[in-house]
Amino acid sequence: MSEFEAHISPIVLLDLSLLTMLLIVAFAMLRSRHLFAVVMLSGIYSLLSAAFFVSLDAVDVAFTEAAVGAGISTVLMLGGMLLTVRREKPAAKGRAPVALAVVLATGAALLYATIDMPAFGDPNAPANDAVGQRYVEETPNDIAVPNIVTAVLASYRGFDTLGETMVIFTAGIAVILLLGAGSGRGGRKVADREASDHDASNREAK
Amino acid sequence: MERAILRVTTKILFGPIILYALYVQFHGDYGPGGGFQAGIIFAVAFILHAFCFGLDQTRKALPQRALIVAMVIGLLFYAGTGVATMLLGGNLLAYDVIVPGSTHYAGQHYGILLVEWGVGVTVASTMLTIFYHFTGREPDIDQEDW
Repeated sequence: MSEFEAHISPIVLLDLSLLTMLLIVAFAMLRSRHLFAVVMLSGIYSLLSAAFFVSLDAVDVAFTEAAVGAGISTVLMLGGMLLTVRREKPAAKGRAPVALAVVLATGAALLYATIDMPAFGDPNAPANDAVGQRYVEETPNDIAVPNIVTAVLASYRGFDTLGETMVIFTAGIAVILLLGAGSGRGGRKVADREASDHDASNREAK
Repeated sequence: MERAILRVTTKILFGPIILYALYVQFHGDYGPGGGFQAGIIFAVAFILHAFCFGLDQTRKALPQRALIVAMVIGLLFYAGTGVATMLLGGNLLAYDVIVPGSTHYAGQHYGILLVEWGVGVTVASTMLTIFYHFTGREPDIDQEDW
């Protein structure tokens, strides 16, 4: 087995800048109490992650992240946000030191664990060593499709993907049951419309 | 006319988005993509339609009842491919038996196309169902409410 050495290259610098932008967006999301801004920032976060996955050569994952994370999740979060208030309530200050201690301890443990991790992109890393290696080697002989990800997803692990499709189906059924109340028309208008109108006219009267 | 630029842009973009979804769907063997991504892109075209023309118009174009049927059909299409390979004498979802004796793995190619189609139909209809149900509950919002 050949030795694999990590070194600073322009691509590593690109990765580092993308990760820095992810951190900045994450902090901006934490600081903001305006839910619309938070939803938009989470879309930006997904788009940056997608760019990061592209630079890691995981284009299929990047594609999914861009479509699901930046696209449909943002739309659904906006739809969900419209059902609630526009601003988040300020968090209670009492437990902040405990939370900080837990976060710092977990972060320190994770940082400590990275020391033992194999170098980034190491082909001899445990994650690439066993079954991954076999998929890469055997796909041209077994399946003969150029995109190995599709070969793994639809053929080698077709049963897994059947389960994933069932999960999505179940999510759709659950949403229909919870929000549609058995109607085939796709959801009802919320019932408290008159109440909010009433509030508005009360405010005007005052 | 109200919001003319938005309407024209939506009408121009709608077709290419659907076309791109179909490309991603059927090109998943060769490039990045597949049923999951194609289903999302397909749903996004209709979400754009709903944003521009209103949810009621989109519901007329693609009713919720049709979406529920599509959800079931997509999943059954996937599972049915597996059952078909079993009836042809192979294991569940072992596609080689679809075209027996092929020298260039035609069975695998057909099998992957079939199950990806099932995935794409289920994902597209489920995402649109969730979108319909979330935005369908919302009373109209004022412009200042943002």
